[in-house]
Amino acid sequence: MVYLTRKIEFSASHLYHNPALSADENRRIFGKCNNPHGHGHNYTLEVTVAGEPDPVTGMVLDLKELKVILEREIMQRMDHRFLNYEVPELKDQIPTCENIARAIWKLLEPKITQGRLHKVRLYESPDIFAECYRNGASQP
Amino acid sequence: MSNDLKIVFGRRYRFAASHRLHSDQLTAEQNFRVYGKCNNPYGHGHNYVVEISVSGTVHPATGMIVNLVDLDEFVQRQVIEPFDHKSLNHDVPAFHATVPTTENLCKEIYQRLKHFPLAKLERVRIEETSNNAFEYAGEEMRDRMAVR
Repeated sequence: MVYLTRKIEFSASHLYHNPALSADENRRIFGKCNNPHGHGHNYTLEVTVAGEPDPVTGMVLDLKELKVILEREIMQRMDHRFLNYEVPELKDQIPTCENIARAIWKLLEPKITQGRLHKVRLYESPDIFAECYRNGASQP
Repeated sequence: MSNDLKIVFGRRYRFAASHRLHSDQLTAEQNFRVYGKCNNPYGHGHNYVVEISVSGTVHPATGMIVNLVDLDEFVQRQVIEPFDHKSLNHDVPAFHATVPTTENLCKEIYQRLKHFPLAKLERVRIEETSNNAFEYAGEEMRDRMAVR
């Protein structure tokens, strides 16, 4: 099995607020991430696909094709957007790294038909990230 | 089904510390041959980057596996305070009898963090320099690696 990873970057804004909680609780749990008009990050997304290289092309999948999928499914949806208001896949969720990574997994998994989606790692900043993969999946 | 998806939260921390690689079980010559300049008598330092990964349920109310304020506090107390601007050989009891290689440092930090009560520790990755990285995921790692 070979694992290949492609990286993309997008910029987006978000805020953390749970309407079921009081203003005080929101502030206590989410801190400055609860500021009412939101804030933004440069997100870095690493998408890892696993598979056996095709005997003719030597590729697990054509990186050009993965680039097109990421452009269509992720960049067009999330880049320069306010995640809470403009991305339906995150509706009624707090757009934390964990939830965005899971939403990205769900968007990409059905679209990757050569090889299979192995892991999604989303950095909100160089020091904070979340990963999503199948339970029991081998590392890396 | 999203139940079979695993979500991991990761966070990177930094500390600066000195160490000297020297084994009492080896002669002076052997120590120098094995550890080279890392065996110089008064030690040397690194800016360590420690990446901590934890897993668990993403709580619907918060969207989080763990509030990073709680993780930060725990790591600060268990790792950063005892290690930052210290000599690993002299100031960390675990390294009085064990060579403070970054392999062993991974295992020591894993031991210190594995009882974090709010999420499951998945792995510890340490970058000793930007060119050297080490990872430890407990002894289950062997079984997980074997799945591949």
